[in-house]
Amino acid sequence: MDLDLDQHLADASALIAEAADLDALGALDTELLGRKSVVTEARRGLGDLDPDRRREAGSRLNDARAALEGLLEGRRVELEAGERTVRLEAERMDLTELDRGRRLGHRHVVTQTWERLEDLFVGMGYTVAEGPEIEDEWHNFGALNFPPGHPARDMYDTLYVDYGDPLSTLLRTHTSPVQIRVMETEEPPIYSIMPGRVFRSDTADATHMPVFHQIEALVIDRDITFGDLAGTLEAFTTAYFGAGFTSRLRPSYFPFTEPSAEFDIRRPDGSWLELGGCGMVHPNVLRAGGLDPEEWSGFAFGFGLDRLALMRHGIDDLRELFRNDHRFLSQF
Amino acid sequence: MKVLLSWLREFAPIEGDPADLGEQLSGLGLAVESIKPIGEGLGGIVVARVLGLRPHPDADRIQIVDVDAGDGEALQVCCGAFNMSVGDLVPLATLGCVMPDGMEIARRRMRGEWSNGMLCSPVEIGLGDDGEGILVLDGDHAPGLPLAEALEMGADVLFDIEVNPNRPDAMSVAGVARDLAARQGAPFSLPEPAVAETGLDATDRLSVEILDPDLCGRFAVRVLDGVGIQASPRWLANRLTALGMRPINSVVDVSNYVMLELGQPSHTYDLAKLAGAGFRVRRAVDGETIETLDGVTRALTSADGVVADSDDMVVGIAGVMGGASTEIGGDTTSVALEMAWWDPASIAASARRLGLRSEASARFEKGADPEVADLAMRRFAELLADTGATLAPGMVDARGNTPERETILVRTGRVNGILGTDLTRDRIGELLGPIEFTAVPNGDDLDVDIPSFRPDSTTEIDVIEEVARMHGYTRIARTRPRSMLTGALSRRQVDRRTVRTAMIGLGLDEVMPVPFLAPGDLERAGLDADGITVTNPLVAEESVMRSSLRPGILKTLAYNASHRLAGLGLFEVGHVYRHPEASQPLPDEREYLAVALAGRDAGDAVGVWSALADALAARDYALVADVVAGLHPTRTARIEVGGVPVGHVGEVDPGVLDAFDVPERVGWLEVDLDTLLGVPHGDTPYQQVSRYPSSDIDLAFEVDDAVPASAVERCLREAAGDLLARLSLFDVFRGAPVGDGRRSLAFTLRFQAADRTLTDAEMADVRRRCIDAVEGSLPASLRA
Repeated sequence: MDLDLDQHLADASALIAEAADLDALGALDTELLGRKSVVTEARRGLGDLDPDRRREAGSRLNDARAALEGLLEGRRVELEAGERTVRLEAERMDLTELDRGRRLGHRHVVTQTWERLEDLFVGMGYTVAEGPEIEDEWHNFGALNFPPGHPARDMYDTLYVDYGDPLSTLLRTHTSPVQIRVMETEEPPIYSIMPGRVFRSDTADATHMPVFHQIEALVIDRDITFGDLAGTLEAFTTAYFGAGFTSRLRPSYFPFTEPSAEFDIRRPDGSWLELGGCGMVHPNVLRAGGLDPEEWSGFAFGFGLDRLALMRHGIDDLRELFRNDHRFLSQF
Repeated sequence: MKVLLSWLREFAPIEGDPADLGEQLSGLGLAVESIKPIGEGLGGIVVARVLGLRPHPDADRIQIVDVDAGDGEALQVCCGAFNMSVGDLVPLATLGCVMPDGMEIARRRMRGEWSNGMLCSPVEIGLGDDGEGILVLDGDHAPGLPLAEALEMGADVLFDIEVNPNRPDAMSVAGVARDLAARQGAPFSLPEPAVAETGLDATDRLSVEILDPDLCGRFAVRVLDGVGIQASPRWLANRLTALGMRPINSVVDVSNYVMLELGQPSHTYDLAKLAGAGFRVRRAVDGETIETLDGVTRALTSADGVVADSDDMVVGIAGVMGGASTEIGGDTTSVALEMAWWDPASIAASARRLGLRSEASARFEKGADPEVADLAMRRFAELLADTGATLAPGMVDARGNTPERETILVRTGRVNGILGTDLTRDRIGELLGPIEFTAVPNGDDLDVDIPSFRPDSTTEIDVIEEVARMHGYTRIARTRPRSMLTGALSRRQVDRRTVRTAMIGLGLDEVMPVPFLAPGDLERAGLDADGITVTNPLVAEESVMRSSLRPGILKTLAYNASHRLAGLGLFEVGHVYRHPEASQPLPDEREYLAVALAGRDAGDAVGVWSALADALAARDYALVADVVAGLHPTRTARIEVGGVPVGHVGEVDPGVLDAFDVPERVGWLEVDLDTLLGVPHGDTPYQQVSRYPSSDIDLAFEVDDAVPASAVERCLREAAGDLLARLSLFDVFRGAPVGDGRRSLAFTLRFQAADRTLTDAEMADVRRRCIDAVEGSLPASLRA
């Protein structure tokens, strides 16, 4: 056999290495391994050889063919990797160009506080009750043990609306009328909170708004005590404000609770903050709600919701909550 | 109510530093708003005599005062007040003196002129609230005398207490002292006035007739003779000043002093001027008039109580203000001293109607002590004795109706059941004793008599509160109720959160405008002007309750646009208030969602709606072109869910935007959440995902513009039948080759069976049905 396989392999190897792309490599594949290739032609000539030499030459041809295949495959992998690199490079993006600040919206800071309180009390076993913002005089005052002409009505600067009989219908001055509505519709035991919007005839300033929000809690069950009230408020204080906050009760006056108290919270720095009012549900209120005060007892407490939002975020002016400036709203 | 520590100590040996006493008072429900040391820090302030007054050459608001501070030399001081005259004695804060507020007095130039000290106003030395002028001292004092000596001011502590409306007894120094002494376990006593009685018996000189016993529970009168008007002694004037009342003259001051000390207001009449020397206590006749002490003639109504003389001429408005005709003056010698108990509601109504609220009416309104008059009369006479006034024997004491005070059964078990305490019957009695609630054992329980000065306490629960107060709220052990209930949000509350979450996810910010509108806001927004009005609004801009969220959000957009904040996407969830269609006790109050997309159009608003419908799984909805006042007439649709109208989507009418100064197009969505969340929505039955291949058909139709895409869609759905897995409108095209007034609507329909692969024949069949249905029922044709 006069074929110099070594030389052929060397020449082919150089050609393969020079193949510039997959098309050129495909052409080489045909040229080196196809029907008209040197190795295919040589295999056809094997039949003319005697058996020993045929075996030896066949083996050499197989090796050469395998070597060529290996070279072609190696180059193919190389070229494919190169082409992928080029293709991906062409897809390069500057992601910072593409950051358009797409954003989620923002819940109002009052809503955030409202929902946080709901979640906390739901966790403590309470349901959430609601009532109308325009109320009748009975639910807002009468049923809450403020008889007509009662001096404590002066504690509330009430806004009335022109509806029904004069002074019969008003913008609720507190969330407490929902206590009565819950008693009217549900059987005890009652463990409910009542967040809501309330109204007073107050000129807007840094700490007053004619519209603001309160949250109220009502518990009515058998054998509920003032100690239960104090313990519940302490649990709430720690859960909402965090470890290091405690609470205390001071005697106060509300017509719809007795004994009545203010509840204060003590910050970790030792300072006290007056948070809200509370007390044992007055027997007259239980009766107004259709319950027998000898059978059922209960407590209620309530406080301003907006103020908690202000405190959490260090906002010093209540009016900001209702101005709806987007630069304010989008911070929370 | 302000009280001085020295005054409290006249009733009980009260111990403790001011801060501790403040805590104790707050713990009794007498919330201390401030604690102020007075009569301290006055070292360095001396009496000075004004020698001369000169204008400042370079300042109008300052004058130059030469004073003698005790060494006979003229000392130059600059002063911003002009109320003194040459010869006056005034307080001078000398150089180096540190004022009660911490300011140190130094020699300094004021507009070029030296000032060698500071002349003081009452407020600067802790005497009253008057900061307008310099304190001009009464009497004669040697210049250089320390001010504290001239004013007879010892060191004292002033507590300012917020008294709750149920505690009229604490509107007196004695009442505060009683509570505090009880807390400290200190003995409390009301001092017995030392006063001799002389002259003609009052009962022979006066008569009283109560014509309206519901108005007047008690009308007690005594007579003082030899009354002369003069200045009060300094110590008394100081106390009045400290408690916020201006000293006037000996009689008025003693009246105020007794009221502050014992809580009993009084009124004095010049006996010589009182026709018939008799009092008739009755209601006024409508139209009756009286000239009151302040010189104003006031018209009365039958709501006002009055005191009339024997000729039935009105000489005073009950509990509110006396009349000019019997006013005591320089020529007065004998005085009729009235101490009454008035019906609280009557006084409150009268004082409010006349706009005459005073320290006296405040006490009558809350409920004064009907039984303190005897003591208070003698205290009055005692305090006035130094002026030469003497108390005549006898008291004309007419009684009307005062509240019945029944003995109350206080059950030991009930006390502990309400409070969560473990107090014994006897311990409860011991707690009540010091505040003069007399408790007598009745089996395991107590019969309790309430003192006359506690009108608030009428039932067992009132007494339980007193037990808690005296025991100490903070000593009651804290427990938690043992409830078997689980907490949860209602379905509605969960849905409301879903609505908000969907809006947040769409990048919208929640706003919270106030629900008050100005008159005209609703009309500007294209809405009916039938908002419920506020009877007593603070300002006209807040006199209408919103019947829609639209005006509030448009105002919010305008506000933000005026601050160069454009392109905002906002939403609000809130109540609207409407007159109901049929009569009902309360207005029709509903919760709404409103969305405003500034700078975006109706298509974006539809996108917000469809996302909301998806979030709530309200899948069965339809958009029906609609014309709604205030919304864009050609870009608005009514939203129906399950056939029920729930709101509108589209854009705000450009004219409305102009009226609200909103400079951009506004995509709009408003949904009645009460209705939407009331129609069936949410979980739908599970459908197993088919494992067989699906096949798609694309169909494009030319359709008249008058035919909504939803009509074509509905037609296709009906024709496609149960095998339809999905249908979507993927392209809308207007222009050639599509004819004028028509557009091309291209739909993709995906078909799939749960149990087999669909055959080519089935697909050809359903395709034909779909085309025939659309072409057959609508002005539409399949595009080639």
